[in-house]
Amino acid sequence: MDDRPLITTHDLVKQYPAGGGFFTALNKVNLSIQRGEFTGIVGPSGSGKTTLLNIIGALDYPSSGSTLVIGTDTQELDHRMSARLRNEHIGFIFQTYNLLPVYNVYENVEFPLLLLGMNADERDRAVMQALEWVGLTDKVRSRPNQLSGGESQRVAVARAMVKKPELVLADEPTANLDAENSHNILRMMVRFNEELRTTFVFATHDEKVIAYIRRKITLNDGMVVEDRETKPAIH
Amino acid sequence: MLTIRLAFRNIMGAGLRTWLNIIVLALVLVMIIWVQGLIDGMREYMITAEINANLGGGQFWHRDYDPYDPLSYEESHAPPSPALQELITRGEATPILVAPAAIYPEGRMQSALLKGIDPTQEIISIPGRVLEAQDGDAIPALIGAQMAKQTKLGVGDYVTVRWRDANGTFDADDVRIVEIMHTPVPSIDVGQIWIPIERLRIMLQTPGEASLLLLRKGIPEIPEGGDAWVHRSLDYLLKDILEIIRFRLVTSRIIYGLLLFMGLLAIFDTQVLSVWRRRKEIGTLMALGMERDRVTGLFTFEGALHGILAVALGTVIGIPVLYYTFATGLPVPEMMSDFGVAIPQRLYPSYGIPLIVGTALVVLVSVTVVSFLPVSRITKLKPTDALRGGRS
Ligand SMILES: Nc1ncnc2c1ncn2[C@@H]1O[C@H](COP(=O)(O)OP(=O)(O)OP(=O)(O)O)[C@@H](O)[C@H]1O
Ligand SMILES: [Mg+2]
Repeated sequence: MDDRPLITTHDLVKQYPAGGGFFTALNKVNLSIQRGEFTGIVGPSGSGKTTLLNIIGALDYPSSGSTLVIGTDTQELDHRMSARLRNEHIGFIFQTYNLLPVYNVYENVEFPLLLLGMNADERDRAVMQALEWVGLTDKVRSRPNQLSGGESQRVAVARAMVKKPELVLADEPTANLDAENSHNILRMMVRFNEELRTTFVFATHDEKVIAYIRRKITLNDGMVVEDRETKPAIH
Repeated sequence: MLTIRLAFRNIMGAGLRTWLNIIVLALVLVMIIWVQGLIDGMREYMITAEINANLGGGQFWHRDYDPYDPLSYEESHAPPSPALQELITRGEATPILVAPAAIYPEGRMQSALLKGIDPTQEIISIPGRVLEAQDGDAIPALIGAQMAKQTKLGVGDYVTVRWRDANGTFDADDVRIVEIMHTPVPSIDVGQIWIPIERLRIMLQTPGEASLLLLRKGIPEIPEGGDAWVHRSLDYLLKDILEIIRFRLVTSRIIYGLLLFMGLLAIFDTQVLSVWRRRKEIGTLMALGMERDRVTGLFTFEGALHGILAVALGTVIGIPVLYYTFATGLPVPEMMSDFGVAIPQRLYPSYGIPLIVGTALVVLVSVTVVSFLPVSRITKLKPTDALRGGRS
């Protein structure tokens, strides 16, 4: 198996225009994340967690420095190629679930596979399996507005996992969930990480998430101030 | 293919809102065709009426004849050339002699136009036969209903007419109104007094002469007019009428525009507002790896699909509605009678294929454009910016 890191950032800087000058959201971030990691990026609000996650996910570009994700330098990708990278290799999980409102549960989970151009049989098998993983096979025809928050986030997890991506980026996945649902979701993610070797990177300041991660990267004012292995408190 | 499939999913998923929009659009489509059909029907009626009652299938004018210059009338008459005379003999043309005159209804002077016509002609639909075989000395005259109203003349009334003959000498005589005709065409009514051409030729001392000739519609060959006579095609003669019609129908065009605007507003609402509302959804699609051109295509096609479904629904609603209005017509309000051009009492819309297909295309294209514009702006955003906006 490939033992190069899955993600490498080199002197990553992200500046936003602010007033007359610039606001530096990320300041020379150097990181390397291996395949199979279960990592959290933590830090106070405004420290740059979401910004970093978005750049890793090729949703945004750095002002300077570079990012290598799954062997590709994201700065060299045009919007078409970065869309393909996300579609084929990266799953996203958002704080607000971001389910497609007019699609039912099945269709939401099926969507990434439609983009991949997978054939109908394979698609159906994969969708049903993903829904089984998250325990929602009885809700296939429900619309997002008929789901609870915990169910919605489970659909989002199924949508991220259905294509078995190398990498899942989860931005505050538990911020809108109660404790029970949070643990539920996190336990699923640990299982995917262990059984499918999926790499998880979280942006979070939720103690519940921090209790599960095995590596904690702490940002402050856009700089990595601490990066260490942690012993998961819960399994 | 994916785009079509997703667009269907999206607009069906949007449920009621989709259907409201489609219904509004379909109604607008039918209304546009209906209004435009009425306008076209009106136009066709005006033109046909003008041709049938006034213009014939084209004309020959005396070289100096200028319908807008009454002073020219006294100079512009001549005997028809032999070739034209032959047309008259064959019944393919009829001479008209025109002379400015003054009439004195109730003692007040009023200017009028004497028009000499062959009572037996069948080229225009003037009831000239009533001018035939009138006994007595008075010159028989035919006037239109508006002229009658304006001069307060009735059948059997006498009115004094004064004119100048070919030598410039003033002369006067009485004409007797033998008939009042009801015509929708003002140009043969207002200010016109029709008398037998032979009587007018005697009055003017211009035997065998004419100011213009009316041609039968669709005569096989138009002869050379010679030096004194100029051929005026129907297109030429209709130019003025068309100008008046265009001017008169401006309001209707505005209605057309407003209706279309209303329909587009409905789409504008679904697209601009909903694209705005759906910013986060657009961001999510991009995050899931949908290319932005594809997202633009999807939303544009959703708009176009509204148009397509509206055309389909419009067909279902339209066929009975349009057929009914076509069969029964629409009464025209009295107040439109001084329009300056022929107005029917009952208006029958005219629905041409170009009108129907054209309007459907206009709706489809505008809906697509109106859909494309807002979404192309959103998809130019970075996915992160789109993701931040709007709750879905
Ligand atoms: N598009 C933008 N334009 C200007 N400034 C921005 C933009 N996006 C983020 N920022 C700024 O960059 C900084 C880092 O933002 P970021 O969203 O990465 O923080 P975060 O660590 O995720 O915070 P939170 O925990 O509140 O989600 C913040 O100060 C934010 O105001
Ligand atoms: Mg954040």
